[in-house]
Amino acid sequence: MAAPRVWLLWRIGVFLAALAPLVFWGCQVASNAAGPEPGNYLLLNIGIGGLCMLLLTLSLTPLTKFTRWKGFALIRRQLGLWTLAYATLHMLSYALFILGLNWALLGSELIKRPYIIVGMIALIGLAVLGATSNRWSIRRLGKRWKPLHKFSYVILGLVLLHFFWVVRADMQEWAMYAAIAALVMATRLPPVARTLPKLRYRLSR
Amino acid sequence: MLIKIAKPSDLHESDVTPESIYLSRRRFMGGMAGLGAGLALSGHVRANEDYSDVPEGDAPVWLREKISNTQWRAITPNDPDKDKIAPFDDASGYNNFFEFGTDKRDPARHAGSLETQPWSVVVDGEVNNGGRFALEDFAKPSQFEERIYRLRCVEAWSMVIPWLGIPLAEVIRRADPTSKAKYVRFETLVDPEQMRGQRSSFSIIDWPYVEGLRLDEAMNPLTLLAMGMYGRELPNQNGAPLRLVVPWKYGFKSIKSIVRISLVEEQPVNSWQQIAADEYGFYANVNPEVDHPRWSQATERRLPNSLFNSNTIDTQMFNGYADEVAELYAGMDLRKYY
Repeated sequence: MAAPRVWLLWRIGVFLAALAPLVFWGCQVASNAAGPEPGNYLLLNIGIGGLCMLLLTLSLTPLTKFTRWKGFALIRRQLGLWTLAYATLHMLSYALFILGLNWALLGSELIKRPYIIVGMIALIGLAVLGATSNRWSIRRLGKRWKPLHKFSYVILGLVLLHFFWVVRADMQEWAMYAAIAALVMATRLPPVARTLPKLRYRLSR
Repeated sequence: MLIKIAKPSDLHESDVTPESIYLSRRRFMGGMAGLGAGLALSGHVRANEDYSDVPEGDAPVWLREKISNTQWRAITPNDPDKDKIAPFDDASGYNNFFEFGTDKRDPARHAGSLETQPWSVVVDGEVNNGGRFALEDFAKPSQFEERIYRLRCVEAWSMVIPWLGIPLAEVIRRADPTSKAKYVRFETLVDPEQMRGQRSSFSIIDWPYVEGLRLDEAMNPLTLLAMGMYGRELPNQNGAPLRLVVPWKYGFKSIKSIVRISLVEEQPVNSWQQIAADEYGFYANVNPEVDHPRWSQATERRLPNSLFNSNTIDTQMFNGYADEVAELYAGMDLRKYY
């Protein structure tokens, strides 16, 4: 049977591709190419990386509909978990490198700074989705699983808000991610969602 | 107190240097002089030997001359072990200069497009002696001083940087302000062709970047107009060819690439105040007791740091310059005038 082996290779490939940025940033830090504040470098890059992972994860369903290629659906859970991993590393970078593991300070910052509160809520949300993405949970939750995991849309909104509050003077980068997010969410609108498979049929003719 | 302003009557380093050392230094300098007076101008030897690992810049001849006549170490930290000078690569590679992008590395990447020679500065407003000056003429009457200052960013990181420049007070005195002059307003160049950040249609800053000081703040002996750092001219990303350095205030007050200095009657609205007045005030004095809405200001990360040593230190009132500047704010509520 060739097919399962191909799928396995595909999944391993996606795994390595998702891991690669982290390895790259780590190498930059190790070779002193990350600037005078390597902790901040990791914090910012991993944060943006996490947002990209979330957007990629949410792109898989419309891509599956559009292409009818099984490969996209196959890596959805993996990329979802990568999103959680990036978000967790982002938070850990903040606690470790910026706050120097000063838990009291983390506590007071969590109460005081809206953008940190929103980021934390998003992370907790991702953790809940991550914890319920195993087979057992899917079976246990049954019909409730899908509505629960639609909270990923809310999390995307929270992440963009978190990012928005950090921006200081130029919205360009944020606007780019917000536009991609809007596009990804637009594919969920029922009329668009219905058209996607037909669209492909039309294009292929 | 960490900074000492040398009075003319004070002992100089030369008064306490053993004779054998300064004689050997003279021999060294004599040998250098043997290579010709044009040597300092050719840029192969910097007047101060401490920056031998700093790359040569591209300073015009007049600026090299000014630099070679610098009064080195005019102001230094009291405890140089605690306030170690940041490596040049860090000071020139980690910058906020939104005219060239918002990432800390953008200015070093993109500021090469800025043409800094020739450069002129307009001095206008409530002055008897204003006009447009070629930078060379603007700098000529004053002697360069090297001042090693802490730079504290509102984002809660800090560095120690050796600047080269002239006291702003001298420039203002020469301009001869009228009795109406109460504030000084500064402007950065606007040129979207040279400054890619100004081309961004998503920018919140209404160019030009504007900053201001109260006249007595501007006249304080610590306030410097810098034209160099690390024994060479300013790199573009650090605000070439002319920038302000106000060491007791957050870094954003220290406006870069200045083209206009105006003495004015009304308090200017600085760019950051315009964007978010609740976050950035006019005064922007470093104050560990007044938080920025996004960052606690009680501590700062002294750069460079490393992954597992954030090098966090307590922030000092007025960035450690309270002895020199606290009286400027006597009786003011610094929570209100943040």
